[in-house]
Amino acid sequence: MAELVYNEQGRLLFTEEMKQEYTLLMPQMLPVHFTMLKRVLELHGFKVDMLTTNHRGIVDEGLKYVHNDTCYPALLVIGQLIDAVKSGKYDPHKVGLLITQTGGGCRASNYIHLLRKALHRAGYDYVPVVSVNLSGLEKNPGFSLNFTMIRQMAFSMVYGDLIVHMANQCRPYEIVEGETDRRIDKWVNRLVSEFSQKGSFKTEHVRENFDRIADDFASIPLRRVPKVRVGIVGEIYINYAPLGNNNLEEFLRSEDCEPVVPGLTDFIIFKLDNRVVDHKLYGGKTATYLGAGFLENYVKRLQAMMIAAVKRHPEFRAPCTFDHLKSLVKNYLGYGNKMGEGWLLTGEMLELIDAGINNIVCTQPFGCLPNHIVGKGMVRKIKENMPQSNIVCIDYDPGATRINQENRIKLMLANARMAARKAGGTAPAVSARPAGKAAETV
Amino acid sequence: MRIGIDIGSTTVKVVLLDDQDNTLFKTYERHMSKVREKTAEMLRLLEPQLRGQEVQVAVTGSAGLGVAKAADLEFVQEVFATAGAVERFIPDTDVVVELGGEDAKIIFLTGGLEERMNGSCAGGTGAFIDQMATLLNVTPDELNELSERYEKLYSIASRCGVFAKSDIQPLLNQGARKEDIAASIFQAVVNQTIAGLAQGREIKGKVLFLGGPLYFLSGLRRRFVETLHLTPEQAVFPDNADVFVAVGAAVYAGNVAAMPFEELLRRIDSASAQKNTTNTLPPLFASKEDYEAFSARHAAHCPPAIDTESYTGDAYLGVDAGSTTTKLALITPDGGLLYTYYASNGGNPVAVVLDQLKEIYRRFGDRVTIKGSAATGYGEDLVKNAFNIDLGLVETVAHYRAAAHFNPQVDFIIDIGGQDMKCFKIRNGAIDSIMLNEACSSGCGSFIETFAKALGYSIADFAALGLFAEKPVDLGSRCTVFMNSSVKQAQKEGAGVDDISAGLSISIVKNAIYKVIRASSPSELGQHIVVQGGTFLNDAVLRSFELELGTEVIRPTIAGIMGAYGAALAARDQHLSHSTLLGPEDLEHFVHNAKSAQCGLCGNRCLLTINTFGDKRRFISGNRCERPLGKGDHKDVPNLYKWKYDYLRSLHGGENRRGRIGLPMALNMFENLPFWYTFFTKLGFEVVLSPESSRSLYACGQHTIPSDTVCYPAKLIHGHIEKLLDMDVDAIFYPCLPYNFDEGKGDNHYNCPVVAYYPELIDANVLALKKTRFLHPYFGMHRPHDFAKKAAEYFRQEFGIPAGEVKAASKAAYAAYTAYLGMLRDKGAEMIAEARRKGQDIIVLSGRPYHVDPEINHGIDALIASFGLTVVTEDAVAWMEPKQPVHVLNQWTYHSRLYSAAEYVTTQPDMQLVQLVSFGCGIDAITTDEVRSILENGGKLYTQLKIDEINNLGAVRIRIRSLLAAIDARRAEQAAEAGRAKAV
Repeated sequence: MAELVYNEQGRLLFTEEMKQEYTLLMPQMLPVHFTMLKRVLELHGFKVDMLTTNHRGIVDEGLKYVHNDTCYPALLVIGQLIDAVKSGKYDPHKVGLLITQTGGGCRASNYIHLLRKALHRAGYDYVPVVSVNLSGLEKNPGFSLNFTMIRQMAFSMVYGDLIVHMANQCRPYEIVEGETDRRIDKWVNRLVSEFSQKGSFKTEHVRENFDRIADDFASIPLRRVPKVRVGIVGEIYINYAPLGNNNLEEFLRSEDCEPVVPGLTDFIIFKLDNRVVDHKLYGGKTATYLGAGFLENYVKRLQAMMIAAVKRHPEFRAPCTFDHLKSLVKNYLGYGNKMGEGWLLTGEMLELIDAGINNIVCTQPFGCLPNHIVGKGMVRKIKENMPQSNIVCIDYDPGATRINQENRIKLMLANARMAARKAGGTAPAVSARPAGKAAETV
Repeated sequence: MRIGIDIGSTTVKVVLLDDQDNTLFKTYERHMSKVREKTAEMLRLLEPQLRGQEVQVAVTGSAGLGVAKAADLEFVQEVFATAGAVERFIPDTDVVVELGGEDAKIIFLTGGLEERMNGSCAGGTGAFIDQMATLLNVTPDELNELSERYEKLYSIASRCGVFAKSDIQPLLNQGARKEDIAASIFQAVVNQTIAGLAQGREIKGKVLFLGGPLYFLSGLRRRFVETLHLTPEQAVFPDNADVFVAVGAAVYAGNVAAMPFEELLRRIDSASAQKNTTNTLPPLFASKEDYEAFSARHAAHCPPAIDTESYTGDAYLGVDAGSTTTKLALITPDGGLLYTYYASNGGNPVAVVLDQLKEIYRRFGDRVTIKGSAATGYGEDLVKNAFNIDLGLVETVAHYRAAAHFNPQVDFIIDIGGQDMKCFKIRNGAIDSIMLNEACSSGCGSFIETFAKALGYSIADFAALGLFAEKPVDLGSRCTVFMNSSVKQAQKEGAGVDDISAGLSISIVKNAIYKVIRASSPSELGQHIVVQGGTFLNDAVLRSFELELGTEVIRPTIAGIMGAYGAALAARDQHLSHSTLLGPEDLEHFVHNAKSAQCGLCGNRCLLTINTFGDKRRFISGNRCERPLGKGDHKDVPNLYKWKYDYLRSLHGGENRRGRIGLPMALNMFENLPFWYTFFTKLGFEVVLSPESSRSLYACGQHTIPSDTVCYPAKLIHGHIEKLLDMDVDAIFYPCLPYNFDEGKGDNHYNCPVVAYYPELIDANVLALKKTRFLHPYFGMHRPHDFAKKAAEYFRQEFGIPAGEVKAASKAAYAAYTAYLGMLRDKGAEMIAEARRKGQDIIVLSGRPYHVDPEINHGIDALIASFGLTVVTEDAVAWMEPKQPVHVLNQWTYHSRLYSAAEYVTTQPDMQLVQLVSFGCGIDAITTDEVRSILENGGKLYTQLKIDEINNLGAVRIRIRSLLAAIDARRAEQAAEAGRAKAV
């Protein structure tokens, strides 16, 4: 059994020994991306389990151990981790918990502290919590991110974006059900297994991968019937995690819609760009600014390659560049607006509308601080400038019922279908008979 | 033939239209949650008419979705259906306002179609009105009749039922007219519709009003018409407003494939037969035997038996004038019960107590001498004054007295009444920390009662059903409205009444434990838990509580009257020679009149209720301080809140060389004003401050608030901006400041996202700003050198001011800010020194800089000062402590001050900290736990006051008085200990 070692501040460390013996539990946010992240960690000798549990008990654990006025994602992530520790599936003395830590001005930066408090209250003080961050916070002898890992993780995000971007445009139309998901699995396996090979991050190789991924998904046989496309934006966890948004994507598909979910690449560039902007607005060390700027440009080049890959298939909608997205926000918000999703959230809504996707679900945890401004706060102005926009803001929290959320989304969809009919009559007939699984529990 | 079926949260509406759009049939009925059965039953009514015919059918409504799916019928979203019907029948409509049971909707038809529904809060819906009617103990119809005879309107918070109740209860207790309250409730609904739903879009032109509440409640219609200034032609209330949405569904059904009427019936019937499963919980009792053992255990906790028919001797009276119920207990010296009373006070506790006193005198005559009397509860002062009761005590103390009678070692008490929940710990014989239910918490007794009523059961029968439910439904634990929809969902899925009853009991308990007490294990509560309050008389609630905690608790048989019982015990312990309580003769001539007046003695302009009782006795309520009472003993108590506010408000004016610049006095301007004031006056601007905050200032900006759940301090800005626009300024300056000053007390020095970026929200939502220059640049005040450079650049661009001048102004501004901090600290030190000279206790009232705004703190500072306590701000003491090692991310400047202030307080024997928390402040979800733990680890008491747009000082008073009682008890304990030490 690994010995419990504490640092000077009394924080329980994740030791080398634990790395051998312990299983690290990690929450899931984006199914494809996080699967790749998990595999990367495994490449580096960690035993990892990604939690995909989704039941009421998670919320109950969260309510029990986390201040109920804290944001819903914290409640869910922590509830899910504690639920897993208690589940009996693991030896509680042989698990560690992985959680990300950002350090922005949003209260979400507090997750790790809230998780520790919760573990303490639940009587699991001996379970180590490992912070995953790029700011050098909270070091652990048994877990440190080296350059190779960071690069592999970053590429997991970028590849994940491309896969999801293509897959989302295939799945609602696929002729052979499950085909899209099969190709996702194939690519996840293939990409991760080549990560440790030499030269796998060389530009030419990456470009080739991008092209092949795009080609592969574009080759899925599809039946292209017109469907209402619905963008999903919001607070990052609720935006992506099925546990957070009551399986929103699945619900939309069951409503015969094509969900359009902006990727993470923009978020990564956004976070890097913030440092550059901060320097511009308030001054500061030139080195950090140059470093961030360098990385920003690197990811932007990757993004450009990804876009080029999608554009080889004109029947697919390609993502836009970060710079274009940023330019759209100009008369709405300042670029200094960086807490939480900051101006990016507004930018994503604007980009969706710019690309002809007028129907948007803006998701947020009840009382989300940044979203008061960048989400709900911008809808009026967007509507004023672009009357065709059809945005519905949905709050998620432990008490909100799915029926009320879905009813509001249905209103948005009814308007979307009417607009589509008026626009050209090619739009789908109104269907109130959802066929998918998501709706069965309603 | 087209059929529209609208299934809402509480009612089913069915409409039959012929091909010429004539309504052949319409019906509107409550479904009592038997959604599918009721729908089937109503369709059967059409059978004679439609037998053998083809029909087109569409279903709509919030509860219709499930039915449509189960019956394989076409569903149309209700707002969409409404818009369709309006287009067909009243096409020149500009705006539709539709209020339903749990939904509120607004549709703008002209100038860009836009449809809005209420978000997750319930204000402004039928459910809200029902809840308020219950509170006033009237039916919604009676509420309506009352409202027709109103004379004045009070402002009542509209967003949330819990808040509204906080506004209404004091009004009731102070004797305000029910007629006025009824109309004010409707006005609150109107305000919520305008502010919460319309959000900046004006409701004008021809307005169509739909939905049950508007159809049935003329008073509500009147409030809408008057508030929106509509002419009779503009305000349309169609005859079929109650079924209009169903008509919309019928219109929509025109697009749907027809089916034989018999097929429709068949589908609906098959849907009724289907049952789905929902989340369920284990039963409360496994067997009858379990229940019997449980009952026997609890029956043992009762007061000493006594023969009430033959008893002669002394007695003591306790009166608990609670917020909705009045309780009396008449006891013998050993605690035996001679007489008890527990009933709703119907909003008039004085009348109830009068009747009961007469009854007591009649029943006991000369047999019994009342030697002492005590009053407690919300209406304590009123009742005490009305009947010359000997003693008044804060209800927490009364409850503790009673609980200690049943278990002297009690260390945790939870009281769940009809409308309130109170929990407190007892440490060393004193009340230690108090938790009260606040907004966004459901779960008191009246909640179950309302449900029982709605489902057609008495509360006792309903509760009994739950005891042996096999599969209690899991309903979650948030606000009543959410709970309503959870119940709706469960019913839709076929849950039985017994399962719902048990589920409700469990959810109340979960709410209490996780939301109010916030405990994760019974050991956090205590070893000796006493539960009381009327709600715990419900065995299902009691059982759920024990199960959830996994421990046994004590519920006295008199759980419902513990406050009164405790008051009576306290009266007994006064050892009075005789009581001043009004005697039987006095009661014969008892007269009670109440009238309202506005106090003009200070800017708070409290709405006073002046009660007179026949003879010359008078009692004034509604006051925040002692001044209107003519006492004024404590008006000179040092109060740094007042000093700070007055000082900041004085910073305006200056020579107008370059123009008049307007600054909104809100959020972080309360910290940075000394900086900006100096900066702009140096640059030759005249500084114009927005007026002082008030409820009416809030109201004038309310329509531009896009997010209803943001904190009140932020919402107030909208009003400040609107007012500044009328003040003839050349520009309004309101900068975005993500970073705050770095005071070295945290790991970073951010502002919260709302403070940081609110200027951008204002820019995007206040249309009137187009009339003026709105400057909201990003600045970083934490880097003086860079600030000067960036500011020079900005003001050169905006006003052509030479860089040198801006740099000089910036230098002066930093100096002024530093000087201000110094002055504040000196002033604080001076007040502390003075308090110590006089031997007064000091309260560090800790919040954010903007909490000094009297409209935000609602005069809590003055209220505390009125108890003879010196009030200082958190920033007056925080600077004396270094950065605190805390267990959370300490990265917001204002919040870091809280931790340091808390730490400082633990080093000062005569200081206590009271934390002000704005409702909706996400970051305080983190700070409160941390401040509490710093204080408790340092041996101090923690008191939190949650504030919002409501100004309910009743709850504040309870907390402050309990705090004072606890301080006294601790001192007495310490003195006793010191005495014992000496003796040894």
